[in-house]
Amino acid sequence: MSDQESVDAVPTPSAIKTPLEGSPALRDPAAVGFVPQLAGGAAGAIDSSAADIRRETLRLLVRSPAFLIGVGILLWWMVCAIFGKVIAPYNPVAGSLTAFNEPPSAAHWFGTDSLGRDVLSRVIVGARDILIVAPLATLLGTALGTTIGLVQGYFLGPVDSFIGRIVDAVLALPIVVVAFLFVVALGPSTPVLIVVIGLVFGLLIARTVRTAVLQERELDYIAAARLRDESHAHIMFVEILPNVFGPILVEFTVRLGYAIFTVAVLSFLGFGIQPPTPDWGADISNSYQYLGAGYWWEVLFAALAIASLVVSINLIADSVEAVVIQ
Amino acid sequence: MTAHTSAQSGPRQRTDGPAVDVAHVDVTYTVRGADRLTVRDVSFQIGPQESFGLVGESGCGKSTMALAIVRYLARNGRVSKGSITVAGQDVQALGTNALRELRARTVSMVYQEPGRALNPSIRVGRQVAEVFEIAGLGKSEAADRAGESLRTVQINDPGRVLQAYPHQLSGGMLQRVVIAMALARQPALLILDEPTTALDATVEAEILELVSALRQEFHTAVLFISHNLAVIAKMCDRVGVMYAGELVEQGPALQIFEEPRHPYTVGLLRCIPRRGQRKDHGRLDTIPGFLPAPGAVPAGCIFTQRCAIAQERCEREAPPMYPVTADRISRCHYHERAPELPRATPEDVRLPAPDEASAPVISLRGVSKTFTGGKEPVHALTGIDLDLHVGETLGLVGESGSGKTTLARVLLGLSAPDQGSALEMSGSKLAPMAPKRSRDQLRALQIIFQNPDSALNRRHSVRAIISRPLTKLAGLAGKQREASLDELIASVRMQPRQLGLRPSQLSGGLKQRVAIARAFAGNPWVLVCDEPTSALDVSVQAAILNLLAELQGSKRVTYLFISHDLGVVRYLSDRIAVLYLGRLQEYGPAEVVFTGPHHPYTEALLSAVPSLDGTRERIELTGEIPSPAHPPSGCVFHTRCPRRLASGICESTEPPLAEVEPGHFMRCHIPPGELRQLQNVESQ
Repeated sequence: MSDQESVDAVPTPSAIKTPLEGSPALRDPAAVGFVPQLAGGAAGAIDSSAADIRRETLRLLVRSPAFLIGVGILLWWMVCAIFGKVIAPYNPVAGSLTAFNEPPSAAHWFGTDSLGRDVLSRVIVGARDILIVAPLATLLGTALGTTIGLVQGYFLGPVDSFIGRIVDAVLALPIVVVAFLFVVALGPSTPVLIVVIGLVFGLLIARTVRTAVLQERELDYIAAARLRDESHAHIMFVEILPNVFGPILVEFTVRLGYAIFTVAVLSFLGFGIQPPTPDWGADISNSYQYLGAGYWWEVLFAALAIASLVVSINLIADSVEAVVIQ
Repeated sequence: MTAHTSAQSGPRQRTDGPAVDVAHVDVTYTVRGADRLTVRDVSFQIGPQESFGLVGESGCGKSTMALAIVRYLARNGRVSKGSITVAGQDVQALGTNALRELRARTVSMVYQEPGRALNPSIRVGRQVAEVFEIAGLGKSEAADRAGESLRTVQINDPGRVLQAYPHQLSGGMLQRVVIAMALARQPALLILDEPTTALDATVEAEILELVSALRQEFHTAVLFISHNLAVIAKMCDRVGVMYAGELVEQGPALQIFEEPRHPYTVGLLRCIPRRGQRKDHGRLDTIPGFLPAPGAVPAGCIFTQRCAIAQERCEREAPPMYPVTADRISRCHYHERAPELPRATPEDVRLPAPDEASAPVISLRGVSKTFTGGKEPVHALTGIDLDLHVGETLGLVGESGSGKTTLARVLLGLSAPDQGSALEMSGSKLAPMAPKRSRDQLRALQIIFQNPDSALNRRHSVRAIISRPLTKLAGLAGKQREASLDELIASVRMQPRQLGLRPSQLSGGLKQRVAIARAFAGNPWVLVCDEPTSALDVSVQAAILNLLAELQGSKRVTYLFISHDLGVVRYLSDRIAVLYLGRLQEYGPAEVVFTGPHHPYTEALLSAVPSLDGTRERIELTGEIPSPAHPPSGCVFHTRCPRRLASGICESTEPPLAEVEPGHFMRCHIPPGELRQLQNVESQ
């Protein structure tokens, strides 16, 4: 037969050849991996599957020290969250009438607070609620934001304008203030905290998703889908969604850091995780008035805990972004 | 123009030796710790004022060579062997300052996309003047010289261009500006890397002529890189053919193209549609197999796997550079046998003739499209009447902005035509927008897009991409769908094991095959092919064109084939329609439109195409394509028409689309007999 084995030797995919056309070493070293491997006159395809790509992504992540440090810190706090009660040297809620406001010592490494509770134990156990609330809220926000963003970016027009103005209105105030107002109105509780933070973050994430969708909707595969009479839902969730998953993943990790921060701030203001459950934000709030008296340990370690958790999430977020956005 | 060589910039270094001497150069890229030998043992010289062309398909190392010459390889790349000398200086040995000096004075580069070579937020004048300021001129003098330099590249109103931002200028104008900047320092060597690939044929012809003229004037040596053999043939004294990082053949351009002596060059030339070749007669040949992976170093000849005359010796022994004649080299053990390379595909195939007697499968009457989004309405299409018959290919040609793609989108229902437009398919009315059309109508009318990267969902597997229309359009499920899927995959000559791959894991040609399989999934009657091969290399293009022709023969499908490449259109089309500013200018059987008498616009388009079959005199089109928001009065083409009548009728009255011969329609005031005389048409 005719063209049986003919054709297709071209690794360069784009119609528009860059000035670097033809040179396999593009400026971007990761792109260089994208070259067909020829195994004895094979079919011109790279002999690797989607699983290989995933493995490659993971490999790139694991090679980044920032990612490893981030994961290390996060793992530590997750262990604390799950086994906190076991690890903690003292009962974090039980105070001691004799040993209050004690500086760090061999018995109490991080000292004790004004009620005589062991600060180390409170820091360890304090990881639990924040690590439940923040990820759940972010997950909710991501799901919500993805849906809103897809609808906005896909339909555009009045739908987009309407949702867009709501987003603008909500985001006109600092996020913490908006969340604060909602929590005050609805009364503080863990579910309320999750829903409120999720809602506010959802609007933020919607913006990013919308932008990504705008680029996708102009591509020809969307036109091809329209020409076979696909439903809007199919086009949004089956055709577009997988292609904007990268930005969504990045947004999720970045927002997770902000969510921890927001939960801590709300707790500090007294509208987050409720006492007597140990919580970093609330502990800082309870103890900062004693800073003047020189009881620095009561604030410092909780503050460091928040900072380290946020930093670890951001380290992970940066690495994920560097790998995903390529 | 000698005023340019003023005292303070200093005359450029002139040596009697070659402008460039590349001797046994290897280029290696380090990818994840592993070395990839990407260019192997390449040697060539470019004499002073000589123009040397590098041709080859993408990935063969042309641009890498160009970058190596200016020592601008990516950070992970290096010249690992051999030496490169530019105007007597060893490029590898230069220090930072000397290298900067070399790039500033001795070598200039012009890239494919002028829009990306200029800073979009700085006025053109500032950017051109900067080149002169770097040369040491004062601000005001530099500004003067900027204007002057634009005049040398034949820009008539430099004042306007200097004041403009890059996005306000057309691609051709921008490329002129870039060339002016490149020549500002009178370089000893000008490197042009695909300088006209992004431009229309008419603009390409202008730019090529400009480069030829300037080369004479500035006495500059030129390294011209292109994938387009005809462009190289037109522009270069000598040419080097690259394949997979090796220079396989080198010699005077005319000799190489007329009598190639390397099987790759022979194969490549057979992939290009020439005059007289048609989809059924004198078909394009293809090069079997695939380009080896970059960095693969075979023991023998790099081309063995794809070579029909390869012997056992070719696998063992890498061919040296055999001198063919005094000034020709071929890297083939059997170069004297290369011209007899057997064909990889049969020359003639039987294809059923289009059925023109029956009722048209698609009929457009008075189709117009006006875009009203912006400040003023833009008339993209005006009163198009077209019929498509069963099994025929209608070629749609015109410059960019002529409305080709708009017509395709309107036909498909992706964009609604104006009120009063009538679209019919086999006698039944087509709703303006796709969602309002019946499933059968959607199934019957599909498209193959230009860019498979955009047309295929990159997160879906090949299986998902092709199965979905089988489910939605053909209404198949289960075993039946699997059977159809296998059949489709086989019909586009892909293998079942490729079903699990994602588009990014396929080469450009394979991707386009997936797109073709998808388009055929619903058994369409009519397929719109929107530049389906313009993103592909010529050898891949040939295979895809033949595949399209075969599928048309076996499935009796009608193509609306859009392309800016007239050679491709002529090869595949039964009839041709020529669009200009959204109006049909000419319309008739392919051979008649090509042999003439043609509409003056068609004539100009045809004359602009560089051809390997010898050059014809080019008809110059003056000025740029007018804005469709303000189409000219009378005949819309009169502002650029070289044959405009003196009587003034062209300016005042739009000519009707009249039938000048049976089936051949033309919109021109000049009687066809007179056109025939003017165009000196010989019946072919």
